[in-house]
Amino acid sequence: MIEIANMLLGGLAAGMVLFIVSVGLSVTMGLMGFVNLAHGGFAMIGGYVIVLAMNRLGLPFLPAMALGFVVTAAVSAVLERLLYSRLYRAPELDQVLFTIGLVFMMIALVTVLVGPETQPLTLPTWMQGQINLGFMTYRAYSIIVIGVGTVIMLAIWLGFERTRMGAQIRAAVDNRRMAESLGINIARLFTITFAFGSGMAALGGGLGAEFLGLDPQYPLKYLVMFLIVVAVGGAGRITGVFYAALIIGVVDFTLKKYLPQGGTVFIYALTILLLLWRPQGLFGRPA
Amino acid sequence: MTALLETQSLNKNFGALHATRDVTFTLEEGARHALIGPNGAGKTTFINLLTGVLIPSAGTVLFKGRDITKIEQAERVKLGIARTFQINRLFRGLSVLENVYMSIAERVGAAPDMLRPAGRRGDVIDEAMELLTRLKLADVAHKMIPELPYGRQRLVELAITLGLKPQALLLDEPAAGVPSAESHIILDAIDALPKSIGVLIIDHDMDLVFRFAKKITVLVRGAVFAEGTPKEIGANPDVRAVYLGQATTHGA
Amino acid sequence: MSMTPAPSDNIAALALGRRHRFQWWETLPWILALGFYFAFPRYLGFGTELLITVLFAISLDLALGYAGIITLGHAAFFGAGAYTVGMLAKHEIWTEPISGLVIAAIVSGLVGLLSGLVLLRTIGLTLLMLTLCTMGLLEEIANMAAEITGGFDGLDSLPIKPIFGKFEFDVLYSSTQYLYVLGVLLVCFLFVRMLVYSPYGHSLTGIRENTLRMHAVGAPVRWRLVLCYAMSAALAGVAGALWAQANAYVNLSTLGLDRAATVMIILVLGGYGRLYGSIVGAVAYMVLSHFLSKAYPTAWQLGLGLLLVVIALYARGGILGIADQLWSRLGRAQKHAQEQKPS
Repeated sequence: MIEIANMLLGGLAAGMVLFIVSVGLSVTMGLMGFVNLAHGGFAMIGGYVIVLAMNRLGLPFLPAMALGFVVTAAVSAVLERLLYSRLYRAPELDQVLFTIGLVFMMIALVTVLVGPETQPLTLPTWMQGQINLGFMTYRAYSIIVIGVGTVIMLAIWLGFERTRMGAQIRAAVDNRRMAESLGINIARLFTITFAFGSGMAALGGGLGAEFLGLDPQYPLKYLVMFLIVVAVGGAGRITGVFYAALIIGVVDFTLKKYLPQGGTVFIYALTILLLLWRPQGLFGRPA
Repeated sequence: MTALLETQSLNKNFGALHATRDVTFTLEEGARHALIGPNGAGKTTFINLLTGVLIPSAGTVLFKGRDITKIEQAERVKLGIARTFQINRLFRGLSVLENVYMSIAERVGAAPDMLRPAGRRGDVIDEAMELLTRLKLADVAHKMIPELPYGRQRLVELAITLGLKPQALLLDEPAAGVPSAESHIILDAIDALPKSIGVLIIDHDMDLVFRFAKKITVLVRGAVFAEGTPKEIGANPDVRAVYLGQATTHGA
Repeated sequence: MSMTPAPSDNIAALALGRRHRFQWWETLPWILALGFYFAFPRYLGFGTELLITVLFAISLDLALGYAGIITLGHAAFFGAGAYTVGMLAKHEIWTEPISGLVIAAIVSGLVGLLSGLVLLRTIGLTLLMLTLCTMGLLEEIANMAAEITGGFDGLDSLPIKPIFGKFEFDVLYSSTQYLYVLGVLLVCFLFVRMLVYSPYGHSLTGIRENTLRMHAVGAPVRWRLVLCYAMSAALAGVAGALWAQANAYVNLSTLGLDRAATVMIILVLGGYGRLYGSIVGAVAYMVLSHFLSKAYPTAWQLGLGLLLVVIALYARGGILGIADQLWSRLGRAQKHAQEQKPS
């Protein structure tokens, strides 16, 4: 019984990290229809800012996270305005090439500026140790990640459902032309959403440094994973990404324990089968 | 006149939107039939249902008495149903000749050939040039699509479809977007269509409709509103009201 | 028809009728490749790798450039071919090289056919991702089935019989390999060239240019794409098999994202959707890579990334695309100069 709880909690924590990183990718995919293979790069950049701020500048955890969010969001907003926006109507191949090129540049810059080694994340004391859940104790870090992830999910969901901007985003995802003709400033919406999504990725990159590691190869190592989460959840669907990330996190975590060799095979095979049955993902709308 | 393409109680819903309501319709052999109606009446949806781009929510589509409701678009083309699009769907990176080659090659079964060069299929090239000559496009056969004025591009759209030698030809606003100075080339081409094929035209241009059609069906909000000869439709006060009503809401 | 002006006199018909004919300059790359053999006997290892890369890029061009199938998983087929040859040779089941190529082509073609049937129901990001998943799946399986595939280390010292029983593979200078690969490349190139100029190739261009229109003219779009994908996979498999034979080893690098992304970069660099783009791209990339990537790996990656960004934004047609533009500018300038001349 404890075993199962261990599996579940570990998987949920990993899944939460996947969610936090991938939610931005899902929204931009759904909103702009843009294939952003460089999304992991923003997670990496943000993660590095957070970890370096803590390790080298001595910033406490929460301010470092805030810094990571802001810096990454700003950088991504600039890139979006200057470069990404020119390719929104471009053929898919151009988008793929551009984002691959961008991620190569990000990896190279990080390698040059910081170095190729994995960056360790020293957790603040209040995140270390174990938390007593009543029937068992578990790593505080993982519990907190699960908690933070849930809070973020609720906050984003509320933001989408209850705010005006959220309604505008949903409208634009649903039918861009209609939204434009209603006077919604699509360009501004794209920039804000893109920046927010990249900022979220930054938080995921920092928070997940324990689970996924933080080294220059991060964006390419986990590219397929993030894409799977978005595709399985259904692009543009917040709840979809959430459930998909959790499911994949739990499955991956469990398989790593019990089937260390075959785990990834299982996930790939499962994804292929799922998308054949439902190309729009578990929660997406049929095309 | 025998029925060529028919629908029986055809319905199509998009969620809560009832785009096509119980439409029973017949296109006869050799027909010159027009489908008109105010904006949003569901005319293009109907053509999409006839051609297999959309599957109906209820009802049947028949071709020469055979139920084709479940048959997909490409197969319906092989049966003899073809359409043009409201907005040009051309192969913009290719020349006019290469565009028309595409549909003729499909029809005569040349397209799957991997071994012989496309240029060696003299039969396809000859037929393509013949078609282009008929449509007065032979002089621009070598030009790339973007080099042509829009009116002539629209003619290429028609040429590609005619290359399929369809028995039922569905034209979705054939003169749409064509400057009035050029529209006569479209109209002349439509006039010259073979008498044996059944032609259905969707359009807003009443001059075109009344010039061309022997039978008119009026579609309003997805349902058949009225049907008859041009004279009958022209004299029908309800039809006038529907269009006039349309005009006033648009502040005309 | 005889009374009206003969349609076949029309310049468009004539152009179409002549398009597939061999131009004199098409022999140049092959002459140069043969010359390389005599001029640089010490670099034939590099040359062989280059020729194999050209074949791999051509196979990708068939799928991506001509049919418009965007895939980052093409190394799946390269690896399938490589491992087929590798496993058959290592376990002493089959070591004859030329028939080994045929077997590899069949195996990778089948993998392409099956995965194409399944994947090509999707488009866009979903398709891209599924190609990555398929490749990743094969990579993991190769990693896991270590007894037959050699796992992480791969299989080395593959015994390959001499070609036609006479020409042994030269371990030191790759001289036999070079001519062997050049020959295979020529055959495959002629095959692809024939395909591209055929009515089938024309319909692939149609599918790429306007898929919806192709449906509307009655083309069985999915079958055409699946067949194209399968043939592209078979060719990639031949390239992989050549790689295994020429190097006498096979490992997981034949199946990774690195290899798949590199071949896409090469194709785009040269110019996709055109026969000679693969050759130009492979030469440009491998020459630059040979001199730069080992010496300055990080700078190389940065430069490569920048190049891709620039290509995506400004130079979609790659090197040949730029050459086209310069050529037509030259033509226009000449025309302009001629018009300026006093009569």
